[in-house]
Amino acid sequence: MENLNSTKEAWGSRLGLILAMAGNAVGLGNFLRFPVQAVQNGGGAFIIPYLICFLVMGIPLLFIEWSTGRYGGKSNNHSTPYILDSMAKGKIWKYVGVFGIFTNIAVVAYYTYIESWTLSYVLHSVLGTFKGMSQSQVTAFFDNYIDISQSTTGIPYESVLFYVLVLTLNVFILSKGLGGIEKVAKIGMPLLILFGLILAVKGLSLGESGKSTLFPDASAWDGLNFLWTPQYDSLFSPKVWLAAAGQIFFTLSVGMGTIHCYAAYIKPKEDIALNAVSAGFMNEFVEVVLGSSIVIPIAAGYLGLDWVMANAGFGMAFQTMPFLFQQWGEVMGTFAGVLWFGLLFFAGITSSLAMGTPWMGFMKDEFGWNKNQGAWSFGLVALLMGLPTVLFYQQGVFEEYDYWAGTVSLVVFALLEAILFSWVFGINKGWREINEGSDIKIPLFYKFIIKYITPLLLLLVFLSALITPENNEWTINILRLTEGQSWQLDNGSIIRQISHHGLKEQWAAATLPSVKSALEEKMYYSNFARILLVGLFLFISFLVYLSHQKRQKEGRIKI
Amino acid sequence: MNSTALIMMLLTQGLVISVTGYFLYRVLTITPKKDTTEDNQPF
Repeated sequence: MENLNSTKEAWGSRLGLILAMAGNAVGLGNFLRFPVQAVQNGGGAFIIPYLICFLVMGIPLLFIEWSTGRYGGKSNNHSTPYILDSMAKGKIWKYVGVFGIFTNIAVVAYYTYIESWTLSYVLHSVLGTFKGMSQSQVTAFFDNYIDISQSTTGIPYESVLFYVLVLTLNVFILSKGLGGIEKVAKIGMPLLILFGLILAVKGLSLGESGKSTLFPDASAWDGLNFLWTPQYDSLFSPKVWLAAAGQIFFTLSVGMGTIHCYAAYIKPKEDIALNAVSAGFMNEFVEVVLGSSIVIPIAAGYLGLDWVMANAGFGMAFQTMPFLFQQWGEVMGTFAGVLWFGLLFFAGITSSLAMGTPWMGFMKDEFGWNKNQGAWSFGLVALLMGLPTVLFYQQGVFEEYDYWAGTVSLVVFALLEAILFSWVFGINKGWREINEGSDIKIPLFYKFIIKYITPLLLLLVFLSALITPENNEWTINILRLTEGQSWQLDNGSIIRQISHHGLKEQWAAATLPSVKSALEEKMYYSNFARILLVGLFLFISFLVYLSHQKRQKEGRIKI
Repeated sequence: MNSTALIMMLLTQGLVISVTGYFLYRVLTITPKKDTTEDNQPF
């Protein structure tokens, strides 16, 4: 076994650290979620609450997580259980820190599955699989791909195979430590930006050249007009502000524990303030500049704005874009497919690698596991958690993971860490920590924002998810309350999700036995996914408990 | 593309590109601090 003290690894360069942090933040959502959110929430006006939320919630959370991570690193803690524990008295915080490992394993379990689709679609683009396919055939191809009983290439269990391959690739890179991650970020991020720029230029110059007899009104200008024309009345809608806050939250990968872990390897006197804003703005560049210039204008340019409005969503990446690229001719179509799925792959892998580091950091700090042991054990746990999402994708296991681990857990953890930082650790101490070694002067009003505004916004985001009103109509529901009527919950709210309210409603309304049985099956698999998630959380909590006992025996515990 | 949308797009993207470029320029041109502390442990 490698001598724990023999190798001293840290980030190789400042640029490498920033690219790795930006790569952690840049994900599929930058290209797929952001433009859809903008279209659905006031077009050009959405950018105003979006940028305000970036300044008052995004940047402060980046400051909190970067400084918290570096603070933990000073006492050789590289994962959130003991980073949080080092900041406050009481036993509870290390168990709050469990979120920072749990979320990553649960998310990576299904995220690498999406990553494997992108790699597989790069291959299919090169092989010319989509050549001559109609829109519905491209959609059917995706449905066949995720159906493990079918194969699109003749290779049995193709999607499972690609999933294991991509997970193994992640594990292999992780086993090389920070150096491996940094190398991937230094190659992947510039390529991602280059690929994105080429596609963005095409999207912005498409104009009305994609009109057809089937879609005579198709125009990329319509897509761009809708995306960027401000609808100022939307600024008074709470729904739009919550959507903007939610988008900022998820795009920056805050509330996961990955930023803490990366920052824990920064030297104690090194800057974090400039690094944090640089990485944050690099993510914004990819999202606002590139993300808005690809999917919407290209789709509107061929299928028309009405189609985009009716179908805008995550599925467009795999079910629509390959068809649209074919309209550019054989060579350009193949090239565009490689660029698009290639950039999504780089966006995915730079994020999934980050998700492996908290577990590795924890196992190294607490049980002395070396890089290989840490990486391969991470891969094994991720595989055990991830296989159900692959095998039972259509039964809703994937969605369940994404909702509880990839959405709710992040908000809960971010809210708790913001409270810890400002109110338990103390804002004065926290402010000193943020400014230590800083290469920029942070305006003093950020101290006030971090203490009051950020936790308040996070609380609002959490409450909005907990009690989402019917159809997300906040204004109508608030008015109803003032008139003495009851609050109508949406089936997407946490409260109703817990009890499968939406599924139960569908079941009650269904008349066909086959539909009823499909819904019952979905409910069964949802519960199965929840058991797995709770099991994972308890397993990591148990490891934290064991490590605490070990620390006590070794006299490493604080009194 | 209508002029309102074009102005909004150019203003927003211009702002994001400028600020990102400025911070990256600062990162690349600031002289590194001399390290007087011990390196961190790896995982």
